[in-house]
Parts: sequence; C-alpha cells; structure tokens
Amino acid sequence: MVKGKIVAGCIAPHPPHLVYAENPPQNEPVAEGGWEQLRWGYERLRASLADIEYDAIVVLSPHWQTYIGTHFLGLPHFEGLSVDPIFPNLFRYHYDLNIDVELAKAIHDEAASAGLPVKMMENPDFRVDYGTITTGHLFNPEWDKPMVVLSSNRSTAYYSVEVMQEIMIELGRVTRRAIEASGKRVVVLASNSLSHRHFTTESEVPEDMSKEHITSHAMHLWDMRIIDYMRTGQAQRILDEMPEFTEQAIAESDGGGLSWLLSTLDVPDYPAILHGYGTIIGTGNAVVEWPCHAHEEADA
Amino acid sequence: MTEGSVVGSFVVPVHPHTVLAPDQNEGWQRLRDAFDTAAQTIKELDADLLVIYSTTWPSIIGHQIQSDPNPEWVMVDHDFHDLGSIEYSFNIDQDFAHAWDDANRKRGLQSRCVNYKGFPIDVGSVVALTLLNPDNAIPAVIVSSNMYANRSETTVLAKSCLDVIKAQGRRAVAITAMSLSNRMFTDFIKPEEDKIHSLKDDEWNLKILEFLKQGRLEDVGQLSRTIQRQIRVQKVVAFKPMWWLSAMNGNRNDLTGQVLAYEPIHGAGGAVVSIDPTPSGAGDKEYDEDDIEYFHGERGVLDTVDEIDEGGEEAPAVEQASSGPGLWEPTEAEGSVNTDAAPKPVGAYPHARKVGNMLFLSGVGPRQPGTNAIPGGPIHDENGEPLDYDIEAQTHAVVNNVKRIVEEAGASMDQVVDVTTFLVDMKRDFKGYNDVWAQTLGKIGPTRTTLAIDALPTPIAVEMKVIVHLGE
Repeated sequence: MVKGKIVAGCIAPHPPHLVYAENPPQNEPVAEGGWEQLRWGYERLRASLADIEYDAIVVLSPHWQTYIGTHFLGLPHFEGLSVDPIFPNLFRYHYDLNIDVELAKAIHDEAASAGLPVKMMENPDFRVDYGTITTGHLFNPEWDKPMVVLSSNRSTAYYSVEVMQEIMIELGRVTRRAIEASGKRVVVLASNSLSHRHFTTESEVPEDMSKEHITSHAMHLWDMRIIDYMRTGQAQRILDEMPEFTEQAIAESDGGGLSWLLSTLDVPDYPAILHGYGTIIGTGNAVVEWPCHAHEEADA
Repeated sequence: MTEGSVVGSFVVPVHPHTVLAPDQNEGWQRLRDAFDTAAQTIKELDADLLVIYSTTWPSIIGHQIQSDPNPEWVMVDHDFHDLGSIEYSFNIDQDFAHAWDDANRKRGLQSRCVNYKGFPIDVGSVVALTLLNPDNAIPAVIVSSNMYANRSETTVLAKSCLDVIKAQGRRAVAITAMSLSNRMFTDFIKPEEDKIHSLKDDEWNLKILEFLKQGRLEDVGQLSRTIQRQIRVQKVVAFKPMWWLSAMNGNRNDLTGQVLAYEPIHGAGGAVVSIDPTPSGAGDKEYDEDDIEYFHGERGVLDTVDEIDEGGEEAPAVEQASSGPGLWEPTEAEGSVNTDAAPKPVGAYPHARKVGNMLFLSGVGPRQPGTNAIPGGPIHDENGEPLDYDIEAQTHAVVNNVKRIVEEAGASMDQVVDVTTFLVDMKRDFKGYNDVWAQTLGKIGPTRTTLAIDALPTPIAVEMKVIVHLGE
C-alpha cells in the first residue's frame, strides 16, 4: 500500500462569528458582514489547497471537551442542528457531515496501543460541537470530504500545560503514524484561537467592527510572537514556550490542539503561511497553513 | 399578594449516571434515591418555581437565562455518551425568565434571555429537572454560569432573582447543579471501581458537607476560593455556585441543612443536599466579605477609552470611582471632622467642620463608605439611561451617613437642628423620602427645607445639608 501522508496542517479557528458573518444557507441568523480579515484568510487557505488532492480532514476541536481521555466520532454520518450555547444569537447551524470511521478507528487503535485513554463515540444522538462544525464549514464549505473528529482532553485543567503537552505530543505522533499506515492523503486542522480573553459584553450589532480589538496589548504581543515563530519555521519554540503562552495569553492552546498539530506535523522547521489574523470579541485568531506537500516535494 | 421567598434549596450532582445508570453502582443508586427524596420534598413545599444555577452551562457575555417555554431535544453527555441518551421536554417559566433578565440589568448586570429551538440544555440542568421535576408540574428557570463572573457579580445575580421572586409572590426552590470536588478519573473505570478521586478531595467534601449540615451556607460561600484551589479543576473560576446559593438564602449561616447522599461519580464528589430556610441557630458568620447590591464591574471595554490627565505633582490624590466623578480624601483644616465611616467626598472639602459650638456638614448622600455602592440603586446607568431605584433605601442610607459623621464629631443625632434636603425628582420621591424622614429625623424635630434640583454629582436621588448644635 502507498504510504499515507499529511498534505497540510492548519490552524483553523472556530469562532461562530465567522460563519454568522458569511450568511451560509445552513445558518439561521443573518449578518451584515464583519470579521472580513479572517474570513478572507480562510478564502486564501482554501485557494492555497484547491489543487491539492486529499481524502480526509482530521480536526481536533476544543469544544468537544472530554475529561476522560480522547474520544473520536465513530459513526459514518451525523446531521442535525447545532446551537452554540454561548452565542445562540449567532450560530444555529444545520449540519450534515460524514466521518472517515476507518481512519478514526485507526488513530484510536494506534493511540490505545501507545497507552493513551481513548474511546469511540458511537451514540447516534450525539450532537457534534460547534467548534468542529465552524472549522469544518470555513475550511470546506462544500462538506465534500469525510472528517475525523477528535475531542479535546482537558488535561491542562487537570494537571498542567506540561502534562497536556506530553499527552498531545504523543497523540500527534500516533496520529501521524496512523495516517501514514492508512495510505490516505490527509489535512490536519487544529481548531483553536491564539490569545483567548473575551469581552464580556457584546455590541448591539454583533458585527460592529468599530468595537472589535484585541483585549489587551499583552495579548497582541503574545499572538505576534507565536505567529512570528510560525512564519519563520520555529515550531519547536512554540512548544517550548507553550506553558507561558497558554497561561499569560489565556490561550486556547490549553485545549491541546496546537501542540497536537505541531507534533502531528513532526514539529516543522519550515515556514508556515499566515493567511489571516484578526480579533473576535477580543480574542486573537490566525488562519495558518503549513504546506507539507510543498515541503516534501522540495525535499524529494 | 404575599411577598415571595425561597422556600427550599438543593445542591445536586451534574453527571448523567443518576438518570441513565443508577443500577450499575450502589452509590449512584443512593444518589438517585436522594434525588427522589428531594423531588418529594419539593412537592411537599408546595413550590411554584424551580430556579437552577448550572455549572455545566458556561457563558461569556454576562449571564444567560433560558426562556424557551418548552425546550425539547435529546441530550448526550460529551464524556459519558456510552451510557445513553436523555430525551427532555421541560416547562420553563418564560415570564419569570424575562423579569429576571430585566432585574439583572437594573442591578448593573449584563444579561440576556435565550429562546432558540434546539438550544442544547446542559447536562446538569437536564439531570436536575429530569429527576426533581419528573412530571414537569413546576415551572422552572435556568441560568448560566458566567466563566468570568466574580463573587460580586454572582451575588447580585441572586439578588436580582430574589427581587422577582418577592415581587411575583413566588414560592421558589433554588438549585445548584454542581459537583463538590470535580476531579474525575482521567482513565476509564468499571462502575464498581468508582470512588472519590483522592483522600484529600474526600476530606474537603466532608468538610463542606459538615458546614452545609449545620446550615452554614455563607461560610461555604466565603470559603469558595479556598475550596476551588484545593479540590477543583478549573472548569469554572471559583466555587461560584455557593456564592449564588448563599445569596439566594440571604447570606445566612443559620439555615437547616440535611445531606441526603454523598457518593463518587467517576471520582468526582456528588452530593444531594437539602437546605431549609428555617433558622437553626447554628451560628454567625466566621468571615465577613462585603455585601453588594449592585454590580459596578468593568463593562466599558467596547468603548473608546479617553486619555486621563494624570495631573502635576501638586494635584490632590483622586481615586477613580467605578462610575461618576473621582473620589477625594477629605480636606483637613482647622475644625474639620472626617471619618472613614462616611463616603469619600467628590471634591476638596471635609465631611464636616466645627465653628464654635456649631457643626456644619457638607452635603451627605447615600453612597456607602468603601464600596461607593448606592443602596436602593443608582438613578441612571453609565450611559445616562434612567434606572429604577428605591428612594426609601437611599434616604435611610443618607440618614445613616449623617449619623456617622455627627457621632465622629462627638455629638448625637438629637443635636441636629436644621436640615436642607435636595431631591432630583420631587414628584416621584417626596413621599418615600418623607416617610423615612418621619421614622428618623422627624422624631428628633430639626427644621427642614426640601428643594427640587436638576442633578447631583453622583447618580443619587437625595442629599442632605445638616447643621448640628453641639451644646454650650
């Protein structure tokens, strides 16, 4: 069998505001626009990968929060209505997505072999979290690729960022091994923001961009520092500074997605492409692509 | 109409085991039995409203209140999905939800109702309502747990809820859906292997339950931050449901508590506790955090921040109040009388000044020393939008502040000889002010002049200018 490969790895944040602002037919609320810098960033990401063939999308979402190990969606199809419990005024999305259960089970089994607590989620009544759906929609609005969906184990809360990272780095390694063994071409997505301190108020028109800014200068400095590491091929430094970044920027990296992504990509030392950066209710968000396909071709 | 009240309170666990799998573990079954006992107690209390504060419904934009009159869906837990699904169809008191939302905003909170088909009711609320109100006979209301809310915000949330309970004459039961220690095992276990995660968690849980059994709810509330540090994973900041539940019970320590069950659920501490408002005489507060009536937290983050003139070396120290003008240290001059027991001035003047055998007070309003809070509420918000307020509460607070200054001067209230009162809304407020006057200064008998004016420097409705004769 041909060895599987990761063709791209991306940070693909999930604030529901982005789906709301695009007015897709699946979402009930209607917006006047907003957060264009990030939405156009997603457009650039999609264009960047438009000519790249791949079989599946693997995503880790911090809004499927599990406290006992890592879970995987384990049925071939999910559909229903996802209402964001925090921003129900913005996100009431009718979803319909397919799961690559074979690949999900392969990663699950590889993780179990490595001693990680894992479980397949096979309850048909389960509602897919809005983080997965938002990232899924913005990355692939046609929904024409099957997904593998991993939960976010909350080991940062239970132990520390260091322990979380140890687990996520191992999960990344087994994810990579399982993908390579599958013979499939895969895109890997970490669905998370960078700095993550929200405003606790909302303007009367949620998409009023005159009200949007980073919560604090310190958050901006951290976001730029991390993005600079990405743009200059210094992924290892991101992992090294993850505890400080997560604590001081209240970063959504606490959910493990970023550590897992970088590990799955084998801690890339080549530059990532920044497709967009913007704030959403004060949080810092970047759309970033590691073009693994180009890097491997260049190495060949 | 009789004034409403909280007729009972309950602490209940959040995980779905008590609904879906009580037969798999004796402890889960005991929790389920305790739920059934609690449901029977609620019936016997003749309650007409269940109010749930759920830790498994986090919010960011203030607090959210469920207002769909009949939310229906199927709930599957994110972790325990293999236990099965819980179908729900609840009876939500939409009118109460809206009234609470209004009351929240009157007390300075960010708040909104949510009424959307398919809204995912959280696991804690689903478990509580499924087991405590199985036939949906009692209308309920559910409020979220704001992830950034502190003690003051959470306390005010309860007080605004009480405003509506009293106004509507309701017989309410307050429920917190929460774990005690919330540390679960991080690996999968068999039901028969379940136990409290660690000895330390168990010891702290027992300590909390001992307090609750003694009816010392406010003590548990004031231990909240310590408990959070000791036995809680950071799902929410602080052990905040106890702040809310204590405020719903008047921040008391003399309640009557009963622990109906305490058992592990995948390592977390699950307890069903009943709290009866009947005084038990258990004791007073051991701690004494500030009480708060109105939330004045930072809410202007969306607004452009103006540059503040920092002033030169000679500028007097001015402390920025949460709203309104800056606060000044009282001026010291010959004969001046100042006290920490009165609110700080809003300009360069003393609280009072002695001249001969006369004491002249600067204008005194209802602001509280230390917190600058306004009993009875401010008359408008930070944007100048009018708010409902209680003139009687404000007038009582003014008289109390006058008393503190007079006593600081070594005098007493019966030496007050002349009062000039300023009201910003004579038509609305004269009667309430006059009633309080009759109960207080009116019994002493100073001369009085009452004037209507356009505004006062802070958002208050009443201020008094007082002259005292100190005797020969």
